[in-house]
Amino acid sequence: MLSPAIMRSNALSPMQSSSTTAASTTTLSILPDAAKLVFRGKTEAIEAAGAHFGVKPSLEACRFAAVGGRSVHWLGPDEWLFQAVNEDPIEVFGGMSAALQAQACSLVDVSHRSDGIAVAGPTAALVLNHGCPLDLSLKAFPVGMCTRTVLGKASLLLSRSEEQVFHVDVWRSFAPYVWQFLDEARNLS
Amino acid sequence: MTDTYRVRRGDSVENCNAVHFTFDGKSYQGLAGDTLASALIANGVHLVGRSFKYHRPRGFVSAGSEEPNALVGVGATQSRYTPNLLATQVEIYDGLVAESQNRWPSLETDAGFLNEYFSAFLPAGFYYKTFMWPRTAWKKLYEPVIRRMAGLGRAPAEPDADRYTQVFAHCDVLIVGAGPAGLAAALEASNSDATVILCDEQAEMGGSLLSDRSASIDGMQAAEWARAALDELRKRSNVKLMSRTTAFGWYPHNFVGLNERVTDHLSNPAANQPRERLWQVRAKEVVLAAGAIERPLVFTDNDRPGIMLANAARTYVNRYGVVPGKQVVVFTACDSAYRAALDLKAAGAKIQVIVDLRKSVSGHWVDKARAEGIKVRSGSIVRGTSGRLRVKSAQISNAQGGDAETVACDLILMSAGFTPSVHLFSQSRGKLSYSEELRAYVPGESVERERSVGACKGLFALEGVIESGARGGRDAATKAGFSPRGERSYTVSAQSVGADAFIGSVMTDHQAEKRAWVDFQNDVTAKDVRLATREGFRSIEHVKRYTTTGMATDQGKLSNMNALGVVSKQIDVAVPKVGLTTFRPPYTPTTFGSFAGQSRGDLFDPVRKTSIHSWAESQGAQFEDVGVWKRAWYFPQVGEDMHAAVARECKVTRESVGIFDASTLGKIEIVGKDAAEFMNRMYTNAWTKLEPGRLRYGVMLREDGFIMDDGVVGRMATDRFHVTTTTGGAARVLSMMEDYLQTEWPDLEVWLTSTTEQWSVIALQGPNARKVLEPLVEGIDLSADAMPHMSVREGRICGVPTRLFRVSFTGELGFEVNVPAGYGRAVWEAIFAAGKPYGITPYGTETMHVLRAEKGYIIVGQETDGTVTPDDAGLGWAVGKAKRDFVGKRSLSRPALVREDRKQLVGLLTTDPKVVLEEGAQIVLDPTHPIPVPMIGHVTSAYWSATLNRSIALALVRGGRSRMGEELSIPMPDGVIKAKVVDSILFDPKGERLNA
Amino acid sequence: MLLINCPYCGSRPEAEFANGGQAHIARPADPMSLTDDEWAAYLYMRDNIKGLHHERWRHANGCGRFFNASRDTTTDVIKRTYRMGERPEAEHQGAKP
Repeated sequence: MLSPAIMRSNALSPMQSSSTTAASTTTLSILPDAAKLVFRGKTEAIEAAGAHFGVKPSLEACRFAAVGGRSVHWLGPDEWLFQAVNEDPIEVFGGMSAALQAQACSLVDVSHRSDGIAVAGPTAALVLNHGCPLDLSLKAFPVGMCTRTVLGKASLLLSRSEEQVFHVDVWRSFAPYVWQFLDEARNLS
Repeated sequence: MTDTYRVRRGDSVENCNAVHFTFDGKSYQGLAGDTLASALIANGVHLVGRSFKYHRPRGFVSAGSEEPNALVGVGATQSRYTPNLLATQVEIYDGLVAESQNRWPSLETDAGFLNEYFSAFLPAGFYYKTFMWPRTAWKKLYEPVIRRMAGLGRAPAEPDADRYTQVFAHCDVLIVGAGPAGLAAALEASNSDATVILCDEQAEMGGSLLSDRSASIDGMQAAEWARAALDELRKRSNVKLMSRTTAFGWYPHNFVGLNERVTDHLSNPAANQPRERLWQVRAKEVVLAAGAIERPLVFTDNDRPGIMLANAARTYVNRYGVVPGKQVVVFTACDSAYRAALDLKAAGAKIQVIVDLRKSVSGHWVDKARAEGIKVRSGSIVRGTSGRLRVKSAQISNAQGGDAETVACDLILMSAGFTPSVHLFSQSRGKLSYSEELRAYVPGESVERERSVGACKGLFALEGVIESGARGGRDAATKAGFSPRGERSYTVSAQSVGADAFIGSVMTDHQAEKRAWVDFQNDVTAKDVRLATREGFRSIEHVKRYTTTGMATDQGKLSNMNALGVVSKQIDVAVPKVGLTTFRPPYTPTTFGSFAGQSRGDLFDPVRKTSIHSWAESQGAQFEDVGVWKRAWYFPQVGEDMHAAVARECKVTRESVGIFDASTLGKIEIVGKDAAEFMNRMYTNAWTKLEPGRLRYGVMLREDGFIMDDGVVGRMATDRFHVTTTTGGAARVLSMMEDYLQTEWPDLEVWLTSTTEQWSVIALQGPNARKVLEPLVEGIDLSADAMPHMSVREGRICGVPTRLFRVSFTGELGFEVNVPAGYGRAVWEAIFAAGKPYGITPYGTETMHVLRAEKGYIIVGQETDGTVTPDDAGLGWAVGKAKRDFVGKRSLSRPALVREDRKQLVGLLTTDPKVVLEEGAQIVLDPTHPIPVPMIGHVTSAYWSATLNRSIALALVRGGRSRMGEELSIPMPDGVIKAKVVDSILFDPKGERLNA
Repeated sequence: MLLINCPYCGSRPEAEFANGGQAHIARPADPMSLTDDEWAAYLYMRDNIKGLHHERWRHANGCGRFFNASRDTTTDVIKRTYRMGERPEAEHQGAKP
């Protein structure tokens, strides 16, 4: 007796309704679910992975590349995050694994490890700077940049997709904290 | 009351806007733009506080953040009350409620003033000397008395209702201080593409220019020029102006803490305004333009209300239009007091006499004073004053002594010159050098990327100050990588006040120094400082601690140099040799709220919850904190206490089936062709022969041989391991693995990925566990033959992918269902529903602890404490003896780690089965042994076991395994408990149940 | 808060890093061949340097890499950071191969 289609739950869904509705110009929204795979391995392997995935991974530090709903984020010199928005993790993982069979690398499905928040608006950088110690000016943190960093007492992956839009990818048990922190910050700034 | 001392419109106050406030319950009126100090002075109020030790009546000494006396409590309600604010900084608004401190019953009649009459008994070091003995008197007598007397202000009775935030900011050039030097620096630095932050602690920027009515710049009166410069800066998009913002601390690598007071000056702050904002600024270059602080003169009775710094009076009259007194005596060692006297005279005050310490006086300001008919007495001192709640007269004599002349007055101005504010420079670890000319320390060699400009560098002539500011601003922008556009010139017209200065006490009669105050707030006199040196304290650091000079909330801004002067003269050692006390942040007192920022209440720490948490909450579970995780502790049913709930959960799990949320366990995916080799090196166990589809319990040591972590490891494929760690150890274990991999064995082809939060882990334990699961699982044969104890299979449960472990931490037939976290709650609910026919119970961490203790399974951190080896814990079987090497192996053969009398894990059964031991209790052989009783171990775990119907315990006992059957003693406050040493496995020693 | 130049990511605030103790202390290739004293020296003996100190940091909340930094312990000035496997520029008394 198998239950029919179990729905995936997002750690942030309870937060959305509890958020304040003050007149802040910066908004918080939950990013759609995605298949997320952590790739770690040698350079030859990352090229093969990118070729299969259809997005050429950045070899430059702290940059991401995106094609449609698929993106590859540089996490470290041997580590990238492959994301496919609204795709089935099992399928994406299966396809990639097969393509990388002969490569020296590791591929791990982390689709459920984290949830995503979009921070958008003219003061998005200022709101993030309430807990993130990085220089988020366009000069220091241009569109297309990504990095793991901290926000308050949480660790997260921060990327800038547009001048006024940042994406935060945070482990699910820290996600409500990060949401609440940003929500308070945007209302006090 | 009306402000009768308001003589004219001040530049900083708006004449038309009357503001009403209360001080000590009395209503007053001031003007918008007034500080509490200027408004009270306008009303003729000078008595604002009592001193800390002797409760002497005290008034305003300064007009700024260096104020030692005028500490007030502000706030109409307890939740918005702040003690120890400076009246010289508090801005008034309609409805402000302020009160004086450190007095009872009232400011005018204060009982603590009696201390004054006993002051002969309260010299420096009094507390150290007096309360040494008898020892027994300390707790009952001395401490309560001191506690009642001690403390500044009162703590608010309710939690702070305000909110505070912290913001990280970056800029190319940070300029601290918006006086003439800071403004010039900002104009120059921002005349480029550099981003500039200019901050100033005051409400209005402009610094000393705002109080200057004689100088002019670029053809404008000084204050007017300052306002024009600010207008220009405001127009530049690369400049951020921050008033009411104190640069309070310098931290390494040009990281400067700024505290912005956002709402303290507002009657009705907006709901979305934090009270304060703490800016953590990383600046490429810093320009310090912090100015200088005027120095008081040390003479007898120099602390009466109505005695203040000369330039403070000048600020009150020029900026706020209030005269602090109408009959004025000026006592000075430099020219700047003449300038102040002239400004007061112009405002209608009568200058009785200027008493100048210097033998011969001359120059522009002296001539001007004489020309205005002011009497000047050179080579003279004020050697005493009178007046209880307000100064009434000054006694004036020649500096060397002789007859004194008494002159009536209601205000005495004093000035010993200026002390550059080198606080931030010194905090940045820059080296200070002593200037004989200025009698002050000035910035020397820099360590960080900063430069000092203007008065904080020891420059006091306006032209030089502006020139140095401009140069500093250009230099900062250039060093930050920018090219400032064309230099501008500044036409300054100002008469210099020179740089004469004096430090120490002016008194020649040491007896009279009993009331010559060096530190106003901490009530330290010149005599106290001298006494300290006589008693052998020669380093200023020692004198400071012995006398408490400079240790008040003002950190000696006014007193440090004078204390140094007294010490230097007394022991006849040059000032730089006496030393200088360390400048520490914060520059001025900063609220706890600001330091806490958003980290309060729900946001104090992240609260980590599993995806099953909300279900447990809906079932009324009690939770416990494990690190920052919340874990379900037990699930009480109606009428159950913890004891009853745990007993029931244990019973149902052993007899039928229980379900447990194990999602917090750390998980790491280890992948690569060298994965097994890496596991061999990290864990004590041997991994090469573990087949895919099998599980093994792994033990990890630190290099010193002690247990660091443990957990069950599944081999998913030849090159893939699913490792679990303890809940608290997850990050530590991953970091240690990365460390070895990156730094010791970079040649291994293996990679690590944290999967802690990828998986929800649902433990299903008990004889009926298989029956509950079977109908939900697809593609996995759960039978004992197909899936034995310690195996893992991949398949689907409830339609979602699972890694299904057959494993047990209870000693029962058990499974751990790993599913992607987003499905955790749904799968949990499905299993729970399927378990209903079997009377399934959810259980929490307490039951988990009891069940595993009955089986003698250890918990790292409970049975181990960082000094326990695998053998100590009875885990010798998990050590791969044939392996050449693994982390910690070499240490296991160190002599201390192979001794036979090491503490070993055993079970303990109390003689009285109803008595449950206390965890942490010490174990002894002979409780009648004289103290100290040798201790041979301690209880690590103790519970009531419903299964065994008696208490059980685990303990680490010296040579424990050779003491089987021995009776040991556990002395407790209400008697000695006896217990017998037994094997640590107390239930199902053959393990038949988990292989079912 | 120090500003630390991660050899992979560039200048980053200290909050992203974890200190990893003295650098250039290699784990012996064959620990079992060491005497107790030699092993104890590896385990426990560290320099306490006033001046230039070579230490390990991990960009824990960043790229995750361990690297080395030469920091003056009296001023906190970091002279140089360099990757694992590279040698420090200025040798000093405390540096071990």
